[in-house]
Amino acid sequence: MSRDKTMTAEEVVGRLRSGMTIGIGGWGSRRKPMALVRALLRSDLTDLTVVSYGGPDLGLLAAAGKVRKVVAAFATLDSIPLEPHFGAARQRGDFEFVELDEAMFMWGLTAAAHRLPFMPIRAGLGTDLLKVNPALRTVTSPYEDGEELVAAPALRLDAALVHLNRADAQGNGQYLGPDPYFDDLFCEAADTAYVSCERVVDSADLLKEAGPQTLLVKRAFVDGVVETPNGAHFTSCAPDYDRDEAFQRAYAKAARDPEAWQAFVARFLSGDEDTYQAAVTAFHEEESA
Amino acid sequence: MSSTITATRAEYCVVACAEAWRGAGEVLATPMGTVPTIGARLAKLTFSPELLLTDGEAMLIGDVPAVGAKAEVVEGWLPYRQHLALVAMGRRHVMMGASQIDRHGNQNISCIGDWAKPKRQLLGVRGAPVNTLNNPTSYWVPKHSTRVFVEKVDMVSGVGYDSAAAAGPAATRYHRIPEVISDLGVFDFETPDRSMRLRSLHPGVTVDQVREATGFDLVVPDDVPYTREPEAEELRLIREVLDPKGLREREVPTA
Repeated sequence: MSRDKTMTAEEVVGRLRSGMTIGIGGWGSRRKPMALVRALLRSDLTDLTVVSYGGPDLGLLAAAGKVRKVVAAFATLDSIPLEPHFGAARQRGDFEFVELDEAMFMWGLTAAAHRLPFMPIRAGLGTDLLKVNPALRTVTSPYEDGEELVAAPALRLDAALVHLNRADAQGNGQYLGPDPYFDDLFCEAADTAYVSCERVVDSADLLKEAGPQTLLVKRAFVDGVVETPNGAHFTSCAPDYDRDEAFQRAYAKAARDPEAWQAFVARFLSGDEDTYQAAVTAFHEEESA
Repeated sequence: MSSTITATRAEYCVVACAEAWRGAGEVLATPMGTVPTIGARLAKLTFSPELLLTDGEAMLIGDVPAVGAKAEVVEGWLPYRQHLALVAMGRRHVMMGASQIDRHGNQNISCIGDWAKPKRQLLGVRGAPVNTLNNPTSYWVPKHSTRVFVEKVDMVSGVGYDSAAAAGPAATRYHRIPEVISDLGVFDFETPDRSMRLRSLHPGVTVDQVREATGFDLVVPDDVPYTREPEAEELRLIREVLDPKGLREREVPTA
């Protein structure tokens, strides 16, 4: 029997250090490890480099001044095209930005997960990505074609945070939704990886809900497991729940106005995760009243 | 045909978008925006039945629902990592948006102003760099203006013909921008120097109107045809089957 890796979100954050490079799984406003992000917001950690298919994770961390550098291809809330905090922080010049193409990003994680320095890709040539990322290099094929391609650099991470539908206490993670996104790659590209999940189940029960191909993350790449029901809120975590569109609209609206944002933080983000979830419940009761 | 007289600008745009996927074969049609989404579905229901469509997330859909409605048939699975592989294989024709586009088809969705400290941060380059070098990439601009059709884009996200040529053979190998479609007309790059050309005007639009709304010298042939009329059956499919709620009119309002 492998060891029990269950811990709290606070314990996860306690293992992270300021200045670390942290990869965050999910995509846009989909299956983001928001409970872990909220724990990060409550911590003293700062100067983080955040690597993400960006959504409200990037927005919240940037708004809280936790971020020194962002590595991303975009930041979006999906049903709301632009992430307001991300945009405002970029316009203020709050963080250094490494802007990559989304396929280049995938190859960067893949290279890191394969312990390779880079992966060649036909993307970036002819764009201003090469100008704004002076460190990006091209590589010439050693074969007959001799093509000059971009060398997408490995995106090695100090830590990865991902949210899945189910996991066992040993760190085997299962997604039940339509898309794995790149959560397995994030874990494999990282020196340490933490999986939050809707429910921790016995290993013997993992295949009761779905087939073996849903077992996305292997325990060999996982250091901690956190049970955080509704832990992706307000992003989607299909099939357990959809995106909380009403709440996301309230988030985006507040994010566009400093005073409204202070009130939002006071109401939702000043306590622990239980307090947050209770405030969300109260928000919906008010909405439907 | 009496029905053609009543087609709205939005409906001409839908048909023009649909035409982008004519003869595409068994490839993924990836429309971004309401009008291109209706267009891709119209193409599939009429002259391009082999097209593959997604539900906007990871499912390939086997039926052709109305825009905004849920598909009832799933014919395949296309999570992001497979989607990106499909892009690299070129088995896809995407119609992206453009916050800015220039005469050679360089497109920007990243930011407005100086990249180092932008006046306005937009989405980010997303997949524009990989799309433009690997699969045919067309553009949809719902409101043609000098703010979008600019002399020079602030951040080259999608690669234009001049940038691809300057970047070399690995960039030009699979690079193709078949069309740019706006609420005023259809444009392509079928010119000796791959400069944007007015290919057709939507009925009701004049050449001067297009020139005024374009921030660079557009190539305008002596005879510019009109965008073709929707057929009666196409109008029926648009109005009754694909967009009964009239969402197209929100993206391209009737003046």
